Amino acid sequence: MSAQEVAATPASAPRVRRDPMPPALLGVILFVASECVFFAALFGAYFTVRAQATQWPPAGIEESLKVALPAVSTSMLLLSSVTMQYAVWAIRRGDRATMMRFLKLTLLLGLLFLGGQMYDYSTLGFSISDTVFGTTFFTMTGFHGAHVAGGLMFIYLVLARGWAGQLTRENHTSLEACAVYWHFVDIVWIGLFTTLYILK
Amino acid sequence: MAVTEVRREERQPAEAPKRSTLVSWLTTTDHKRIGILYIGTAFFFFLLGGLLAEMIRTQLFEPDNTLFNFHRYNQLFTIHAITMIFLFVMPVTVGFANFIVVLQLGAPDMAFPRVNAFSYWLFPLGGILIWLGFLSPNGAAPGGWTLYAPLNQTLTPGSTPGWGTDVLIMGLLILGLSSLLGAINFLVTIFKLRAPGMTMFRLPIFVWTFLTTSMLLLLAMPAFTAGLAALFIDRNFGGHFFDPAAGGNAILWQHIFWFFGHPEVYILILPSMGIVSEVIPVFSRKPLFGYRAFVYATLAIGMLGFGVWAHHMFTTGAVYAPFFAFLTGAIAVPTGVKFFNWIATMWRGRIKFSTAMLFAIGFLMVFLIGGIDGVFVASPAIDYHLQDTYWIVSHLHYVLFGGSVFGIFAGFYYWWPKITGRFLSEKLGVVHFIFMLVGTNLAFFPMHISGLHGMPRRIAQYRELASIDPSIVMLNRLSTIGAYILGVGILIFIANALLSFRKPRTAAADAWGEGNSLEWATSSPPPPWNFDELPPIRSERPVFDARHSRVQPTPVSAEGGES
Repeated sequence: MSAQEVAATPASAPRVRRDPMPPALLGVILFVASECVFFAALFGAYFTVRAQATQWPPAGIEESLKVALPAVSTSMLLLSSVTMQYAVWAIRRGDRATMMRFLKLTLLLGLLFLGGQMYDYSTLGFSISDTVFGTTFFTMTGFHGAHVAGGLMFIYLVLARGWAGQLTRENHTSLEACAVYWHFVDIVWIGLFTTLYILK
Repeated sequence: MAVTEVRREERQPAEAPKRSTLVSWLTTTDHKRIGILYIGTAFFFFLLGGLLAEMIRTQLFEPDNTLFNFHRYNQLFTIHAITMIFLFVMPVTVGFANFIVVLQLGAPDMAFPRVNAFSYWLFPLGGILIWLGFLSPNGAAPGGWTLYAPLNQTLTPGSTPGWGTDVLIMGLLILGLSSLLGAINFLVTIFKLRAPGMTMFRLPIFVWTFLTTSMLLLLAMPAFTAGLAALFIDRNFGGHFFDPAAGGNAILWQHIFWFFGHPEVYILILPSMGIVSEVIPVFSRKPLFGYRAFVYATLAIGMLGFGVWAHHMFTTGAVYAPFFAFLTGAIAVPTGVKFFNWIATMWRGRIKFSTAMLFAIGFLMVFLIGGIDGVFVASPAIDYHLQDTYWIVSHLHYVLFGGSVFGIFAGFYYWWPKITGRFLSEKLGVVHFIFMLVGTNLAFFPMHISGLHGMPRRIAQYRELASIDPSIVMLNRLSTIGAYILGVGILIFIANALLSFRKPRTAAADAWGEGNSLEWATSSPPPPWNFDELPPIRSERPVFDARHSRVQPTPVSAEGGES
């Protein structure tokens, strides 16, 4: 038992048995389950139009779609999932200071990813309306970007609760739920990056 | 007797804030009030949708009626379908579930009461948005509730320009969010907020059916959301998802739509099956025959419901028909199991023919016809003949009107005393039932024959067909008369509902004297905190157990309700 942990749970405090699946966490997990179907439908649409195409990607896409910068953004997002999990492990030990540090780092990495994606958009030589590749590309990455933005707001809300001192070892469901959602957004991006940038 | 006591004074806020009745209803997070709001709003949309139905049938009374032009007629049947499905059947069952499921679990409220209120308020917003389409210069959405692409894009000739279709898409996206949040709320409530002793296999059947409905909503609705978003992008931002000319795929829309659309029909029917399963045991004075078989059948329907979507697409030639035909046949089996459950429950029971029971029996008869119609067209060979004919219109109305709506009316008569404390008139109820039963069969049975004679759906005039086959005119006139009889039936119900408010609150806690599930353990209407005490829950019929235990349960105060 570390010194911090002893400080966080004085011996006199009654031991509360945490519900392993609080209602709010279950709610977010169910929400993520529905989001899986949402992105599955978009992936299904992508592979349907790709399967019938004579040339894929259509002419002009190959030169415009650079992998280097998105690869850097991708590593940011992957790293942010790691820092998010460190934040979760920290609060499970009752280590609030470490939790806050990692949570701020996660927010920063998420913002960097979003900024990188916006810059990437500005360099692309195709649009949503010129080919079916552009339509699927911008729809899928756009919806993913919106999910990242929503996740950043979620992280900020959890941070605000942390500043207000509302997150403790016993009571931090919002952070657990936020982590589930953030990992999901990350996993979707792995699929998107592989499909759109590598398997193009 | 072990009773979970909650002292009443602990539940009363020290100083309740003074609020007007209107504000308290607009800001409520109480599941019972939200349930009533859902039911009331949905019934309002039911009347609007019914008005469209009467307009459609009036148009078809004559083979070359010019009451509405073709474009307006297309709007009428599109918005009729959207209203009945998304603005009546779905929200009204959500309303019943809001009120009843929470009580049946022995819970004080939903898991997320404020999310629940948010779900409700999205519903009138989406409904108003959809109906606003009629103000568009091109009128409301005319492209059918299935919104098939490329018909519902703007690029191809003869497509659906104007913002009528765009507000329909936006309205459906909002309603989808409402349903999704509602589904999550119900699932968490059912999984986490059951009273002590209420194990999963002691849940009332209505809870089981709504659990399955919520799972279907959770996993089917997002596919529709993605499809609608893609369609919106195609219409407004120059996308090419469903545009074959630019590398898109029109069949893709059908796949996405029916991947949602087929589970959707089970979303519409399962709650009504649940209501019927609550009503029949009470008025047969027997437990439901084969509780576990019924639960497994419900779950099987839920799972198989995701594997049959392409039976709507046999005639595209783009799907592997034998697979989907087989699964479609297979999904009829669990429904058949349920029919055995219901009939065996009534078998040698002491049946009391209350109006709720009449509607439940009517459900069995009419839904059976609709179900068998459906198995017919599960065969691809027959489907090729009947696709997009009035046979399909007949089938879907037999299952959705004869099935879902009969179940919903059974629920109205059965739970009205629980919700309001007053009984609906049984005399008027029987008249209402007779009008509904006669009207349903008169309106929808002739459509079988006109469909077999080749009358296509979604047409405003049928002069050529009538000149070849004059019987078509008579069949259509019978349908129209049936639709008017249904309209009168609904007016009788409204009169019955309004008249009930002139009567005193006479409903006891166990209003029918034979209740099984926990909603009958609290007063009618229930107090804001739902239960002063709960009977011990040791079977799927706790109120029955309490009634027949040696120690009488603590009487529940008759005027506990303040709402």
